[in-house]
Amino acid sequence: MGLSSAVPIGQYLPRPSPLHRLDPRTKILAATWLVVLLFVVPSFSGQGLFALGLLALLVAGQIPLGYALRGLRPIVILVGLTVVLNLFFAGGGPDGGRELFRLGPLVATATGLRTGLFLGVRLVLLVAVTSLLTLTTSPIEFTDGLERLLRPLRRLGVPAHELAMMMTIALRFVPTLLDETEKIMKAQMARGADFGRGHVLHRARAFVPVLVPLLVSAFRRSEDLALAMEARCYQGGEGRTRMNELRWRAADAAAAIVVAAASLALLRVR
Amino acid sequence: MAEPLIDCQDVAHTYLRGTPMAQDALRGVTLQIRAGDLVGIIGPTGSGKSTLIQHFNGLLRPTRGTVRIAGEDLWAPQTDRRRVRQRIGLVFQFPEYQLFEETVRADVAYGPRNLGLPEDEVSARVDDALRAVGLDPGAFGPRSPFSLSGGEMRRVALAGILAMRPEVLVLDEPAAGLDPRGKADLLDRIERLHRSGLTVILVTHSMDEVARLARRIVVMHGGRVVAEGSPREIFAREEEVRRIGLRLPQAAELVRRLRQRGLAVPDALTIAEARVAIRAAIREGSRGTV
Repeated sequence: MGLSSAVPIGQYLPRPSPLHRLDPRTKILAATWLVVLLFVVPSFSGQGLFALGLLALLVAGQIPLGYALRGLRPIVILVGLTVVLNLFFAGGGPDGGRELFRLGPLVATATGLRTGLFLGVRLVLLVAVTSLLTLTTSPIEFTDGLERLLRPLRRLGVPAHELAMMMTIALRFVPTLLDETEKIMKAQMARGADFGRGHVLHRARAFVPVLVPLLVSAFRRSEDLALAMEARCYQGGEGRTRMNELRWRAADAAAAIVVAAASLALLRVR
Repeated sequence: MAEPLIDCQDVAHTYLRGTPMAQDALRGVTLQIRAGDLVGIIGPTGSGKSTLIQHFNGLLRPTRGTVRIAGEDLWAPQTDRRRVRQRIGLVFQFPEYQLFEETVRADVAYGPRNLGLPEDEVSARVDDALRAVGLDPGAFGPRSPFSLSGGEMRRVALAGILAMRPEVLVLDEPAAGLDPRGKADLLDRIERLHRSGLTVILVTHSMDEVARLARRIVVMHGGRVVAEGSPREIFAREEEVRRIGLRLPQAAELVRRLRQRGLAVPDALTIAEARVAIRAAIREGSRGTV
């Protein structure tokens, strides 16, 4: 308890929304399609409409706007950098559009500003689309959906089931290992360990007494898990049925049609 | 009367406070532990036992209330909590999972080295601690802790705490998962450590262990202390004990059933006591029928 719950796994936000109930395959494909679309949209007006559509999806997914915006925080610097660099360098030579202002040898141009803003907005929307996917799809559903989508590639030698199983197990054990880390840290603190003091090298060394037991226990756990899976006759994906069959329902078809129609309309906007 | 060694006043602890997952683990515990005592803390799973003992050495900070160690507020700014952790030795459940060094010796020395003791002092303490848990320093010292049996690993982990020379030894389920002989051996050692002057706090699910070892029992339920007293007092309140999901020690249960069948057996909590009591009752009974 404690550490594990403080670290969000992905950023899944469980809600009883129609978006959450959609088949993960629909959501993965739709999100992929929307990402492609973002690179095709040629203008600010198109981006604006795209943003409006995304806002509607947020509402449909019952995701509080503030919560969704918090997900954009990590890219603030990247977006800022994109805008500033383009402002000065994307003007492109003497015909780079109207000069806005000078900063020493740097010339800010109108074209540069437009390009910078355009790319900045594209970045924000890109991240927004993918967060919408992870906010409304639990990691388990996500890997299930991915496995089904990758299945046709098995003929090309892509181990779809194994990849998905590995992802599922890894995700499943993140909280467990965090709990374990906390427990071992406390046990070593009871023996006088101090993880907060001294210079970097000293602090890194202080973690050896945590990492060794953690590694030992991770191996032990994986052996136990392998044994437990074999005891239940696990032998890979061949012929395996699942508890929650993914089913493509009317709602998924409707969602696909809405996304398709909206994107076609969007493409006509210049 | 001397100041209690550990003094908890209205200690409450909420995990993940301020989030939707907030959970009250302790709801106001007031408890004193005196030097030289051997206290058993019992209670069903989730009653707050493990959370409580982590307050004794400052691994957890109470969200309300105070913890004093020999009169000193554990969370006052000037308190050296590392020093407190030396005085209050806490052995977690399954402590063998914290072993990490290449040799048993080096692992037991980890605590004393963290205290900044000189090397010859460390060495002397390691020898003493290993002997106290029944492991020969010469034979076991150079071995890898990962080559030992489960019971031996547990004893090495216990030695790791003893080497810090604590005044109080807090043990969370020390005998869990050991075989019967390992269990009996460990409990004997705990008893011996207590006789040598150590204050012992024992958290356990085993009513037989507390009945045998504890001088005083603290019963926890739902994050509160619901009863406190000698083993005899606690297990006399059979109804309450059962209501919170615990049971009587096996010997007490046997005596109770014999009484139901009409044999006048005096109270007994341990197997040794029950043997004496039942023999006496049988002798008494046969004399009566003659």
